[in-house]
Amino acid sequence: MSTRIRVLVRPKDGILDPQGVAVERALPALGFEGVSKVHVGRLIELDIEDPGQLHAMCEKLLCNPLIEEYEILEDAV
Amino acid sequence: MKFGVIRFPGSCDEVDAVLACERVPNASAQLLWHGDPDLHGVDAVVVPGGFSYGDYLRVGAIARFSPVMESVIRFAHEGGLVLGICNGFQVLCEAGLLPGALLPNDHLRFRCRQVELDVVRASMPFTADCADGEPLSIPVKHTTGRYYAPPEQLESMHAHGQIVLRYAPGQNPNGSLDDIAGVRNAEGNVFGLMPHPEHAVDPLTGSADGLKIFTSMAHAHG
Repeated sequence: MSTRIRVLVRPKDGILDPQGVAVERALPALGFEGVSKVHVGRLIELDIEDPGQLHAMCEKLLCNPLIEEYEILEDAV
Repeated sequence: MKFGVIRFPGSCDEVDAVLACERVPNASAQLLWHGDPDLHGVDAVVVPGGFSYGDYLRVGAIARFSPVMESVIRFAHEGGLVLGICNGFQVLCEAGLLPGALLPNDHLRFRCRQVELDVVRASMPFTADCADGEPLSIPVKHTTGRYYAPPEQLESMHAHGQIVLRYAPGQNPNGSLDDIAGVRNAEGNVFGLMPHPEHAVDPLTGSADGLKIFTSMAHAHG
């Protein structure tokens, strides 16, 4: 029995996110106004038998805690 | 002196690194396969540039767990000399052997050009053949080279003299914090840099300044 999990990884607050800046600049050029604080991260989807391992997995491989933060979403799929 | 140069799937500068090591008088070099934990008795390890394991997930993140890297981490903890170039620098940061991390260039573009560097600190194994403040001309070629360390870590690095190379004023190609181009660990036996000294070993191709990094390692080894 495994659980479907989504892990969201995003750049930490205060660290320049040039991908977010590029997207934020591109939107007004297409006529979409009023968008700010855009950040681009990663979505990792996985099936896991023991969700208790998730935090260790994130700290060790899926996320670099020095520059990124993560959020674990269950039952989101 | 025997250099070992790691070859990961996706490495692309390991052969140039071997050729650079072989230009050091009385030195030899051999490739080390990523899946083989045996370091074959080498005296120093070079982690080369490229796109190890496709740079999937994050640059250097998967390579850091390869069998050879587990041995390199032990080798470094025992005081062995380890040099990381570009992707190798990223791998050493991910492995926790060097402080900080490398982020995407602030302009998001690939940069491939000669840069001028200042040697901040010459009195350590990797820059002993340079003088303090000596300018070096060495190429960079990367998309993910923006050095970052949190403020408290950066302060400790300054206190321990761990900032070894800086981009000269106006030369920073990627938005690196404090123009940092190369750093070492607190003990001084592990060094990583984004520029490619192995591509600057012959005046015919623009500069031989990079060779000083490899000859310094040989002198440190004795």
